[in-house]
Amino acid sequence: MSAPAAPAPGPASPPALPPPSTSAAVTRRRRFPRTAASLALGSAAVFVLAVASMFIGVSDVSLPSLLAGDPVAWQVFWVSRVPRTLSIILAGMALSVAGLIMQLMARNKFVEPGTVGTVESASLGILVVTVLLPGASMIMKMSTATLFAAAGTALFLLILRRLPMRNTLIVPLVGIMLGGVISAVTTFFAYRTDLLQTLNSWMVGDFSGVLRGRYELLWIVGILTVIGYLAADRFTVAGMGADFTTNLGLNYNRVMMLGLVIVSLISAVVVVSVGSIPFLGLIVPNLVSLMIGDNVRRAVPWVAVFGAGFVLACDIIGRTIRYPYEIPVGVIVSAIGSVLFLYLLLRKRAARG
Amino acid sequence: MANSNPLPTAMVSSRRHPVRSLPPKFWIITLGIAAAALVAVFMTIELRGNLGYILPRRAVKVASMILVAYAVGVSTVLFQTVTCNRILTPSIMGFDALYVLLQTALVFVIGGQAVLTMSEPVLFIIELVLMVGFSFLLYRWLFTGGGKSLHLMLLVGIIFGTMFRGFSSLLQRLIDPSEFIILQDLFFASFNNVDGALLGYSAIAVALVSIMAWRMRSSFDVLALGRDMAVNLGVDHKKAVTSTLIICSVLVAVSTALVGPVTFFGLLVASLAYQLCSHFRHAAVLPIAVLLGIIALVGGQLVLERIFAFDTALSIVIEFVGGIVFLILLLRGNVK
Repeated sequence: MSAPAAPAPGPASPPALPPPSTSAAVTRRRRFPRTAASLALGSAAVFVLAVASMFIGVSDVSLPSLLAGDPVAWQVFWVSRVPRTLSIILAGMALSVAGLIMQLMARNKFVEPGTVGTVESASLGILVVTVLLPGASMIMKMSTATLFAAAGTALFLLILRRLPMRNTLIVPLVGIMLGGVISAVTTFFAYRTDLLQTLNSWMVGDFSGVLRGRYELLWIVGILTVIGYLAADRFTVAGMGADFTTNLGLNYNRVMMLGLVIVSLISAVVVVSVGSIPFLGLIVPNLVSLMIGDNVRRAVPWVAVFGAGFVLACDIIGRTIRYPYEIPVGVIVSAIGSVLFLYLLLRKRAARG
Repeated sequence: MANSNPLPTAMVSSRRHPVRSLPPKFWIITLGIAAAALVAVFMTIELRGNLGYILPRRAVKVASMILVAYAVGVSTVLFQTVTCNRILTPSIMGFDALYVLLQTALVFVIGGQAVLTMSEPVLFIIELVLMVGFSFLLYRWLFTGGGKSLHLMLLVGIIFGTMFRGFSSLLQRLIDPSEFIILQDLFFASFNNVDGALLGYSAIAVALVSIMAWRMRSSFDVLALGRDMAVNLGVDHKKAVTSTLIICSVLVAVSTALVGPVTFFGLLVASLAYQLCSHFRHAAVLPIAVLLGIIALVGGQLVLERIFAFDTALSIVIEFVGGIVFLILLLRGNVK
């Protein structure tokens, strides 16, 4: 049934990663030759990881068997391996860029969709739609999750505006607490409706269930990532405040709305398709900014490449560390991510003296 | 039932003007009576059938709730005293998560069967020693280091908690599925299936650190004035902070071992106790916090069990209310 469609996403996809990055590299080649070169190198590394990721797994898919034209191997390759690798790349890129946008909008380096309640709101949305409309379609689930995610993020931005003192560290604190309150509500209703286990399996990011036909929504987040790249400068401006933005001739509300929609959509789609991957949107932009500075336009391709590579690496670790069992990528990322986040926090303290 | 849920309303009504007109003694007596009444109701409500079976079970449940209320209330207030703030609590700083991680690591290293066959007091002592050692090293480093920004501390604490949980779940995935079940039993114990023997060891541990705290009682009020003041007034600050952190670690370990992690419970009772208390002497704040804890746990459990007919969701409700209280404290700028 879906057999004819099979090769379509497949062959088109491996080259799909490079375009945003290479095109960025091309336009910037004259001004930042070294950055462009290293960006290409980074993309190459991601490509190597992606290839490696396609040959790891319980069922035997090896280069010789593919070359020999083993039909079973090819089928596993197209139905499971390629979609999985693609969804990892798409989710990794998109979540990292969403984190960057969130940081620009809140003008704070320590926030990301997972620490301001966006992801928690999205899962509350999924829970609501699952309880009220058990047979809801994927699109229905996703749009409800997006609405909830947008509402939760907007709530956070509202609270942020009313904060008596806008300390760098209090912003993520408020976000984490807001997320905690929202997920308490979610847990409460999940507990009453016996969906706690289902909920937990949503919340832990896991690519093991990704098959052809179950990941295609993630292409939406790929598109959103490109839009995010094109609009990156606007978010920087909007982060400076409404007056400043208007002075520069931008419509503040429209820019904030665009950011809200991008971040919420990305979070919702990723949560619906693979679950939440904590800290990703936080550490990737921060590490990139440590490496190449704060020029946002320049940072976005880096963030995307780095995000994809990081999730790929974590997924490979998760698949090999306890072979043949698999550890969800969310678990690996949260262990590594929290250590990196602590490093970022405490490094700042050391620098301050 | 009127007593069962005083937290939110009291919190709101006394937001700007703490109830300073009433002396702490009044609150201690009133709350004491309320707590006793709730315990009595809890023991006797819908009492029928085999009393020899029901009463001991209920007694264990109530005793564990009282013990947890005591451990959480005292550890939170003392922790807030030595860190000189009203918002850090041991559980927000990741103590509970650390305990869970240590237990997971223990099962990971020596195996679930070995842990099960170990005699319980030995196991409990090993866990307590590990907990005290680790939290001691970690948090002393954190609290005595430079750059004392409270917000940084809070954030670092929350992330430490996340990190411990992350490592716990990683280790839990790495150990054998059958051993994982053993582990799960260790953590998700609620008030409904507290082990009588464990309750006994916990009570002993709590009694021991309470003696320790009692011997330090004169210095707590001084410690609350801040490091410089305390040193000026002749308190060995480093030693006092060290002992207090040990007390807190043991109390957290006890309450986590009994009922699992409860993140915001301590924050809730401590904040409310400060609101009710006209002065901040520990002789008044500590008993009020403990009594409030008993009322919240026993009353909350009673309401959830009898009115809403579900039992283990109490920690979720506490998490919700506590999270909102925390947000209010943050937004009001109580964090200095």
